[in-house]
Amino acid sequence: MKAWLALEDGLVFEGEGFGAEGEVYGEVVFNTSLSGYQEILTDPSYKGQIVTMTYPHIGNYGINSKDEESAHPWVEGFIIRELSPVASNPRSEETLDQYLSRYGKVGIQGIDTRRLVKHLRDHGAKKGILSTLDGDPKSLVRKAAESPSLVGVDLVKEVTCRKPYEFKENIAEGFEWGLPGGGKNYKVAALDCGIKQTILRKLNQHGFQVTVFPASAPAEEITKFKPDGVFLSNGPGDPAAVTYVIKTARSLVGKFPIFGICLGHQMLGLALGGNTSKLKFGHRGGNHPVMDLRTKKIEITSQNHGFVVDLDSLSHHEVEPTHLNLNDKTLEGMAHKKYPVFSVQYHPENSPGPHDSDYLFQRFREVIERA
Amino acid sequence: MPKRTDIKKILIIGSGPIIIGQACEFDYSGTQACKVLREEGYEIVLINSNPATIMTDPETASRTYIEPLSLEYLEKVIEKERPDACLPTMGGQTGLNLTVQAYEKGIFEKYGVELIGAKYEAIKKAEDRGQFKKAMERIGLDLPRSGFAYSVEEALDQAGRLGYPVIVRASYTLGGSGSGICYNREELEKTARAGIDASIAGEVLIEESILGWKEFELEVMRDIRDNFVVICSIENFDPMGVHTGDSITVAPAQTLTDKEYQRMRDAARKVISEIGVETGGSNIQFAIHPKTGRMVVIEMNPRVSRSSALASKATGFPIAKFAAKLAVGYTLDEIPNDITKTTPASFEPAIDYCVVKIPRFAFEKFEGVDNALTTQMKSVGEAMSIGRTFKEALQKGLRSLEIKRFGLGADGRDKIFERPLKTRNDYLQFLEAAPRDEKLREKIGRTISVPKEDRLFYIKYAYLAGMTTEEIYSITSIDPWFLEQIRQIMDLERELLAAHGNSSKQSELIRKAKRYGFSDRQLAFYWDKTEKDIRDFRNKQNVRPVFKLVDTCASEFKAYTPYFYSTYEDEDEDIPSEKQKIMILGGGPNRIGQGIEFDYCCVHAAFALKELGYETLMVNSNPETVSTDYDTSDKLFFEPLTLEDVLNIYEREKPKGVIVQLGGQTPLNLAKGLEANGVKILGTSAQAIDIAEDRDKFKKLLEKIQLRQPANGIAGTLEEACGAAKKIGYPVVIRPSYVLGGRAMEIAYDEEFLRKYMKQAVEASDEHPVLIDKYLEDAIEVDVDLIGDGKDFVVGAVMEHIEEAGIHSGDSASVIPPFSLKKEWVDEIIAKTKQIARELKIIGLMNVQYAIQNHVIYCLEVNPRASRTVPFVSKTIGVPLAKLAAKIMGGKSLADLGFTEEIHPGHVAVKESVFPFIKFPGVDIILSPEMKSTGEVMGIDRDFPSAFYKSQDAASARIPHEGKVFVSVKNADKAKVIPIAKKFHAMGYQIVATEGTAKALQAEGIPAQKVLKLAEGRPNIADLIRNREIHLIINTPNGKGPVLDEAKIRSLAVSFNIPCITTLNAARAAATALESVRGRGLTVKALQDYFPPPKSLGKKPEVFSPGAPLSS
Repeated sequence: MKAWLALEDGLVFEGEGFGAEGEVYGEVVFNTSLSGYQEILTDPSYKGQIVTMTYPHIGNYGINSKDEESAHPWVEGFIIRELSPVASNPRSEETLDQYLSRYGKVGIQGIDTRRLVKHLRDHGAKKGILSTLDGDPKSLVRKAAESPSLVGVDLVKEVTCRKPYEFKENIAEGFEWGLPGGGKNYKVAALDCGIKQTILRKLNQHGFQVTVFPASAPAEEITKFKPDGVFLSNGPGDPAAVTYVIKTARSLVGKFPIFGICLGHQMLGLALGGNTSKLKFGHRGGNHPVMDLRTKKIEITSQNHGFVVDLDSLSHHEVEPTHLNLNDKTLEGMAHKKYPVFSVQYHPENSPGPHDSDYLFQRFREVIERA
Repeated sequence: MPKRTDIKKILIIGSGPIIIGQACEFDYSGTQACKVLREEGYEIVLINSNPATIMTDPETASRTYIEPLSLEYLEKVIEKERPDACLPTMGGQTGLNLTVQAYEKGIFEKYGVELIGAKYEAIKKAEDRGQFKKAMERIGLDLPRSGFAYSVEEALDQAGRLGYPVIVRASYTLGGSGSGICYNREELEKTARAGIDASIAGEVLIEESILGWKEFELEVMRDIRDNFVVICSIENFDPMGVHTGDSITVAPAQTLTDKEYQRMRDAARKVISEIGVETGGSNIQFAIHPKTGRMVVIEMNPRVSRSSALASKATGFPIAKFAAKLAVGYTLDEIPNDITKTTPASFEPAIDYCVVKIPRFAFEKFEGVDNALTTQMKSVGEAMSIGRTFKEALQKGLRSLEIKRFGLGADGRDKIFERPLKTRNDYLQFLEAAPRDEKLREKIGRTISVPKEDRLFYIKYAYLAGMTTEEIYSITSIDPWFLEQIRQIMDLERELLAAHGNSSKQSELIRKAKRYGFSDRQLAFYWDKTEKDIRDFRNKQNVRPVFKLVDTCASEFKAYTPYFYSTYEDEDEDIPSEKQKIMILGGGPNRIGQGIEFDYCCVHAAFALKELGYETLMVNSNPETVSTDYDTSDKLFFEPLTLEDVLNIYEREKPKGVIVQLGGQTPLNLAKGLEANGVKILGTSAQAIDIAEDRDKFKKLLEKIQLRQPANGIAGTLEEACGAAKKIGYPVVIRPSYVLGGRAMEIAYDEEFLRKYMKQAVEASDEHPVLIDKYLEDAIEVDVDLIGDGKDFVVGAVMEHIEEAGIHSGDSASVIPPFSLKKEWVDEIIAKTKQIARELKIIGLMNVQYAIQNHVIYCLEVNPRASRTVPFVSKTIGVPLAKLAAKIMGGKSLADLGFTEEIHPGHVAVKESVFPFIKFPGVDIILSPEMKSTGEVMGIDRDFPSAFYKSQDAASARIPHEGKVFVSVKNADKAKVIPIAKKFHAMGYQIVATEGTAKALQAEGIPAQKVLKLAEGRPNIADLIRNREIHLIINTPNGKGPVLDEAKIRSLAVSFNIPCITTLNAARAAATALESVRGRGLTVKALQDYFPPPKSLGKKPEVFSPGAPLSS
């Protein structure tokens, strides 16, 4: 089965299709993680995006239900250099190909992914189309150009849960890491903007009793729940478009300890009066160095974001930058100077990625304990 | 953190000679450390006994001591130089062991030297298996169950508790010496005894078998602030049971989920913290059960290693360079990433290609050796290859190995149990019949159940014979992911075979085939064409490789360092410049006969040509080397050295010319093919190369200049050989033409031996006939290195060998200046050498070998290329010959370079060879025309005895100052050994001998204690050796072969590390050296003091400044 990938600026690749047949649109982005494709596929933050893996061999260890970050894959399409002919891992339950077919996701392999990635690096993330149906480059490029942009679009509403629920799952046995949990069970309200399961599992591990709320839950509902702390989750798309969560966050600052990750961090930045902007091609991978400005220690972090809180837009009277990306010096974390509110742009829950930043969940406990 | 200013002078310990388990990687890491620390303003003192290294070039360190790596010399260097600190992690296991010894003797404390990089406690904790085990238990990591033993009895007890099979590991050894898998009591007794002997602590670990588990390695770094990064993950193709140095390894790890990988990363972090490696790189090995996923820690090396060199080349992240910076106080975030320039080194490389390393073995050189791969390393080198996929990298790796293979078979060289598949038809017949041949399938199954060097090919044959991935997995435990990749190659192969004669199908498949790594040679095989046909066809279809960058970041950031690999994709990232370019072809993987010496020459060429303003393009496939450091040349192409791959680069870059004479025989063999394709060969012409290598043309040349040659003949068949030998007269030296390192070279004393030999010789080189020379008995061998610019010629040095002609020059000790030759002989040799060079119009380097018998000079061979001795000569005379040769090839004359006459140094240098016998128990150690040494050391001092003594010390064959000498010589030597034995006796040694020799000695008034031969009862000589009652052995062989009594004695001497001298000349030299050295200590002297830099501040004269300015 042939497949084509076209970008809005005219770059077209012909490759071999895998997964499902069909035609999908999305922002074409790349991720440099060497492993963890399953976590990436199922991360709701990739809603609206077609993801390219820079590592050429994908699918090697198959798919297993324990490593999912949500109930199904969220990427719009998947671009790789070469699909593994076998799923070789005792944990595997099905092949990547079977999995994507099952969920109707279109994949393409066999293209010069490095060329694509260099193009995205030099020209920025692009709208694209992935198709097994249309082989006409002109038509594909036109369709890609006419497809909707991510900027200004609220994608959170498509990935959030419908009603509140309590989350009780733990990290899979044998793969726990980080500091031991225990202690008093604090009550946390987590606003689900597309939350990854591992964040919830990590919160559980660190002694939080987690109730997940839909992103649209207003501040009053959260307040009525009387949590010990509030968690603002990761999620897809443009933070500025998620005005209702920004509003909720603004009302909760000063009332509850708050911890935000990724989109949660961006929305918090907006709630605190800062600006967000779109990075040229984003940060997606498991190898970004971030410095904790307080301890000067470096964490190798898991990242997945296209937008960023502008460091200079924050009021330095109110907000203290706490973490910095050493590659491009963008803001990776901040804390409120007065209130127990802090957030990071990267993913301390990793999945996929290194476990260096586990202390942030512990910090959330300490912040709550002090509050 | 800023760098430390409280230390100014740093001592770096090198790794000594190239041995199995310790190769060029430590020149790469040590050179990087020296360079970077000098750039930081530190003064660097270096001690290393290996002259063939870039690190011992006088410009690399501030003070360079080419001295033996032993406590005595180390202390002298420290006493003289008074360094503030010592960086012990760059010199491999040798460096680490020496550091441990020096620390325990209080040397560092005595002179106030601080250990940086790794402290003594950390080294001990990592290296001592008991401490390591406790440390791992403390941090909750799982290990294979195990127990220690200090005697064979204890070992047996432990095995009884754990159950067979068990793994034996000796503490404090390198390359897994004294280790092995034991399936039964008998094997354990043998292995445990060897292990206890090999270990400096007399300790072995008996361990639960984890054979067949998946094996992984992580290369990690840590800085003083506890920042931690993983540079590279490596997964072994061969599961546990094969030493990682002997395994095919793949980067990055392929079959781990992110959860499993991160669990391993967490464990690695815990390990390096617990062991206490404060700064620098470490290598940590893990095993994972393929079904249960149980993960255990195998070991860690608290230093840079072969794997870290591989990881550096595989990712573009220079571990040793940064480790050196971390050792002086920098943190990872303070060091910029070399390649991206804008991002810091505190990150983990992301790669978007696949890297495969394949080991290179040399079993054919060691008769009777067990060639099964075990936990003791046996390979002598390795090739690395990069492709976008594993399939591409694997096939590229196989053709990088220099084993005349052009991918995964189908190159005309497949051979299944002696059945060759030379043509497409052979292949098709096999393919047709094999799946129905149950016996054959069983035999293949049995073959792949034991890991050996050719197992990969037999796995292919298993597929050809219709076996499935499941079957092969159940036999080999090789992960199905790897096997399935091979199956994909085989599937495409079937399509390719079917496309024979169908050019439209061929056009359709050719791109896919190239993407799978198939070479033009293989395609030619499938389609009954020539390699050239395929190349033309491919170019017509515009199926050409592109060059992609190794950039540490999967192209997330712009890369500034031009480090390339070829692949078949859309976009080419190599933008050829407008500059004048010269391409340098390296030597490929290390093997016996072609090693670091040639890499040394290539590196010098890169430096020299850069100085002349050329852009340099380096092509090589050996990850251990300095030449494949992307800092060495302007552009690095990490590629196989085959005609196809080199032409691809040539066509893309269009350099002015190519240098083939510095990388050893590998590039030289490409010269003809390159020239036929319009490539300009720089330096000595291909025509001249042909004259030197063509028997008849060479004969004419020698006749013209009136130089004698041993009587000789040439033979294509067995009968011709017998006829020729008869005519010449026995003994004769026989060898195949066009070989390196004396491959399959033998001395035949009679026709019976010759007949036996011929069967193997045709195998050694079937495209070329066998050469037969008169063997000159008791002749002195002489080696000459010469440099020429086509008009003028200067001899670098005349070297006299200690061992007689007939022993491979690479295995002989050699001396500058000659110690026994008459001046008129030396003068004549110099004159004749220049005459040869003039005839061949040598532009660059040339090496000539002579033998002198009964006052007659014979010419043995001429090599119109750099020789193995170039670095040794360069360091002895203080002139960088390889560098000058490269400049000559770049257009300069000797006069321009100021090197117009011979140098007669006022000191003496001895090169001694180092052998891998300790790794091949039971193999006979006697020397022959077949080269067996893996490396060399140099002893340099004011006179011959001192220099010789140092060379023996450095080669770990330290001659004892007292004790018992066992003398056993062949009948012909009985009279000649008398004066030598007298010397030993006079110095107070006790002489021990078996009956015949003892009688001969006693008759001359030398009291000799009689000892029994092996067959004569107990206690015999073997018992004396075992009890360590013998301190030196002088044994000239009556014959060779592992079955002989005397061979058993020699082999036993190796196991018990007793120096064993096998030629009378060497024994004589040892006696002379002892007479002079005993009782007076030797001194150490830096290379810079032998050749003081010019005092004037003016322009440095070229001649006396070997090495390029290394600071960039």
